[in-house]
Amino acid sequence: MPGISREEVAHLARLARLELKDEELDHFAGQLDDIIGAVATVSDVANEDVPPTSHPLPLTNVMRPDTVRPSLTPQQALSGAPAQEQQRFKVPQILGED
Amino acid sequence: MTVTELVPYEEALATYDPVMGLEVHVELGTATKMFCGCSTTLGADANSQTCPTCLGLPGALPVVNATGVESAVRIGLALHCEIAEWCRFARKNYFYPDMPKNFQTSQYDEPIAFDGYLDVQLEDGEIFRVEIERAHMEEDTGKSTHIGGATGRIHGASHSLLDYNRAGIPLIEIVTKPIEGAGERAPEVAKAYVAELRELIKALGVSEARMEMGQMRCDVNLSLRPKGERSFGTRSETKNVNSLRSVERAARFEVQRHAAVLDAGGKIVQETRHFHEDDGSTTPGRVKEEAEDYRYFPEPDLVPVAPSREWVEELRAGLPELPRVRRNRLREEWGISQHEMQSVLNAGAVGLIVATTDAGAPADQARKWWMGELARRANESGTDLADLPIGPEDVARVCALVAEGSLNDKLARQVIEGVLDGEGAPDEVVEKRGLKVVSDEGALGAAVDEAIAGNAAVAEKIRGGKVQAAGALVGAVMKATRGQADAARVRELILEKLGVEG
Amino acid sequence: MADLTRLTAAQTAEMIASGEVTAVEVAEAHLARIEAVDEKVHAFLHIDREGALAKAREVDEKRARGERLGPLAGVPAAVKDLFTTEGVPTTVGSKILEGWIPPYDSTVVRKLKEADVVILGKTNMDEFAMGSSTENSAYGPTGNPWDLTRVPGGSGGGSSAAITAYEAPLALGTDTGGSIRQPAAVTGTVGVKPTYGGVSRYGMVAFSSSLDQAGPCARTVLDAALLHAVIGGHDELDSTSIDQPVPDVVAAARNGDVAGLRVGVVTEFRGEGYQAGVLQRVDETVELLRELGAEVVEVSCPSFTKALAAYYLIAPSECSSNLARFDAMRYGLRVGDDGTHSAEEVTALTREAGFGDEVKRRVMLGTYALSSGYYDAYYGSAQKVRTLITRDFERAFGEVDVLVSPTTPTTAFPIGERTDDPMAMYLADLCTIPSNLAGNAAMSVPCGLAPEDGLPVGLQIIAPAMADDCLYRVGAALEAAHQARWGHPLLEEAPSL
Ligand SMILES: [Mg+2]
Ligand SMILES: [Zn+2]
Repeated sequence: MPGISREEVAHLARLARLELKDEELDHFAGQLDDIIGAVATVSDVANEDVPPTSHPLPLTNVMRPDTVRPSLTPQQALSGAPAQEQQRFKVPQILGED
Repeated sequence: MTVTELVPYEEALATYDPVMGLEVHVELGTATKMFCGCSTTLGADANSQTCPTCLGLPGALPVVNATGVESAVRIGLALHCEIAEWCRFARKNYFYPDMPKNFQTSQYDEPIAFDGYLDVQLEDGEIFRVEIERAHMEEDTGKSTHIGGATGRIHGASHSLLDYNRAGIPLIEIVTKPIEGAGERAPEVAKAYVAELRELIKALGVSEARMEMGQMRCDVNLSLRPKGERSFGTRSETKNVNSLRSVERAARFEVQRHAAVLDAGGKIVQETRHFHEDDGSTTPGRVKEEAEDYRYFPEPDLVPVAPSREWVEELRAGLPELPRVRRNRLREEWGISQHEMQSVLNAGAVGLIVATTDAGAPADQARKWWMGELARRANESGTDLADLPIGPEDVARVCALVAEGSLNDKLARQVIEGVLDGEGAPDEVVEKRGLKVVSDEGALGAAVDEAIAGNAAVAEKIRGGKVQAAGALVGAVMKATRGQADAARVRELILEKLGVEG
Repeated sequence: MADLTRLTAAQTAEMIASGEVTAVEVAEAHLARIEAVDEKVHAFLHIDREGALAKAREVDEKRARGERLGPLAGVPAAVKDLFTTEGVPTTVGSKILEGWIPPYDSTVVRKLKEADVVILGKTNMDEFAMGSSTENSAYGPTGNPWDLTRVPGGSGGGSSAAITAYEAPLALGTDTGGSIRQPAAVTGTVGVKPTYGGVSRYGMVAFSSSLDQAGPCARTVLDAALLHAVIGGHDELDSTSIDQPVPDVVAAARNGDVAGLRVGVVTEFRGEGYQAGVLQRVDETVELLRELGAEVVEVSCPSFTKALAAYYLIAPSECSSNLARFDAMRYGLRVGDDGTHSAEEVTALTREAGFGDEVKRRVMLGTYALSSGYYDAYYGSAQKVRTLITRDFERAFGEVDVLVSPTTPTTAFPIGERTDDPMAMYLADLCTIPSNLAGNAAMSVPCGLAPEDGLPVGLQIIAPAMADDCLYRVGAALEAAHQARWGHPLLEEAPSL
């Protein structure tokens, strides 16, 4: 198993939207490297012919009928909004697709 | 950005072979969202159709809409897909403010439907088979409005406003396998495929599939490879191409653009591109520093979906006739050409004509009205045929009145006009406007006598065997009766009175 | 009048029902106790005095009208600050949700209200339930009432400390890797992780969806059962909720009996890293089970040695996705919105400022484990281990009715001892994690004080899924036998605050 570099931590932080400070990068790189080293023992079973378990229960087909339930009021929906305008959530400019 | 001189289309096709992939998102017409009970009704007040689940509030959980799954299976079956015996939802992780949880609940490597095809008919009648890779279930995002920039665009905006009413509305994403071998007809195939898919979705009744409303959205992936080459070139992904015409134009533009880049010895960048309705061009999206890594994993808040084979067969048995099959059957029943059928289709008149014949009208009459007078009116007012204030029942009634001789063509036209103007049902319009054909033989006979007397020279010609001249006398009678006579009967009477055989 | 805060929930409910005391008197006694000791313990993040008294008055009025009262009517309870409470702040121990007032109740809280339980307030916890000591709370640590310089366990240290300090007879917890059982063990109380799907997760702020389960914290096995019965059962708002009646845990708790029961001692959970006094008390308790008529055998579950590693891949993976919603757009903290930063930057600045180190570590670890190129080796393998652990349990439950082990390898450790060593901290959940991975039911009951430090030791009992009643039968039998031996409940040996 490869260890984890400072650059990789920076990449993970970007993916996870964490604006880490420089000293944090070093700090976390060391810790994550330790943890990953320890948990990497699971890969002993990587080649074993065992099905994965994603859900602890063998349930399937849990569905609800297509009937409308009451929604929140817009006031309730917006009650926690850091900023709002025109009954909408107001957010800083979005960089991205036009 | 360097502007590339486009290569003429024919020239591009002489060197390269286009390969396409089409991804279509269809918003289902369910009453509630995919994972919560919020209403999906359009046009509601901002953020009035949201709940903890579709707002992604801490602690909220999803529950699958049974009708959403049923619609997905029916779409899959209509596309001749296999239906998974067991499949899961997966989380597609990426941050975007219009997505409340910052992951989209979707499906990844276990789609509910896979390995199908859709046969599409091109303008000249040729059938082209488009292979379907998969159809899967997912959810829509909220809607953002950009404030402060020019024309509501994202660039230059100071901030954005978010309405999550649309967040969580069920989507079915339908992905084709690479479409090869279409050659120069690739753009036409793309358009025909999306058109056919739209017809299919509507026939299934799972969505109104109105592209202009965003209920159906298409991404066009395209690459070129030198003729004779087997491996695919690098593709571009043109997002949100939202009309049939645009699908064709986008594919055509990308063929020309790719050819230009390749001819110049350049490399195609794998990127998303935006289509511009105004000039039919595409431009690159924002360049991301890092490749997307969606970190898909099975959605732990939902349990697997395992459609029983019995249920799948039940749904299969309940599928409607496929649009292409139905179209060909109707075309034969109506005895019209491929080309005429295409016009009917383009006008959106197939269903209306069928409904009119179901209401008792002969097919040719039904078609005549919908494709003639009514198409003209719809065109004038810029509405869809289906949105005109007249229905198949009304048109069928007018046809019946003509058939029984109560109306002639001219009067029928006036009745239609009356219905369109909101004067009521055909019989009411006839009543109010006094539009009955003059069938009182006495009154009609008098009018004929008058016309003969007033046009002695014409009458003489007719007596002498020039039967065609009767038209002038018919015209005079029709004028005298203000059009409310059966022209055929008038002609009969004239010839009878002048002692000639018709 | 006797000190109302020393009563069990069962006794309190009886006295309110019989009119011996009013619900308002009970609520006031507990609010006064909180006022007196919580400055030292710091079990609570928020106290809802008004809401509690209003509910208590409602109960008293119901009784006055002659209405039938439920089995916990008027009994106070504390709620871990991870359950949404309409109109009452919910922070999950994080700065990122400071001041957030949910517009909806979690299903479990709704059930408490319907059962006329008096909710006193919200308890402290490790941020987003990530931790084993409650030191990861953004609002400061909770002290262990046995020794305020030591941790009360975690993540639900606030809930366990509250009942230990007699601030409430009952508390709600959540258990993703041991967050109910491990605090119960180190505070000498009872904690139950019900079968996965046995209690609704709707309105529980998610840490790791496939592992999280809500459960009761109490001072007695019967009290835990009474709370379990109120919160358990199917919920159509939680797709992973089991559509079957909850086993009759209350009857089981009233009929403690282990005669003829087959008990398996997990051989993997002893040895290096286990405190001698912990093993001693656990061994004595196993011996007690034998004396009570149980048939005790050793059972090996070899895959359990990989449970911790699998857990620290699965839980971070799920949490990296579950916590993505904290993006400063719709609720919670927003940092850097000064007109110069984009939405994306504001999200990153807010998460940097709003999340503590442990949350950041796990979010990054999970992001890593799910990344393309690493998924199969990490997340994929961890899911295979999960299957192997489930198989070990199946094999074991083919031979025995319940499994037992220490709940946690050591007694309560000093505050600050493990904060700079994540791996050392993670070891606290070594014995509790397998049940979360497999989804079965488990309980921690007190089994005495470790001789070397005089701190509580817990015994973990594990039963198959949907056999939660089995836990209570065994737990109640042990509780009775222990108290007969000690002459009083273990908690009476705790120093007064
Ligand atoms: Mg999609
Ligand atoms: Zn909703």
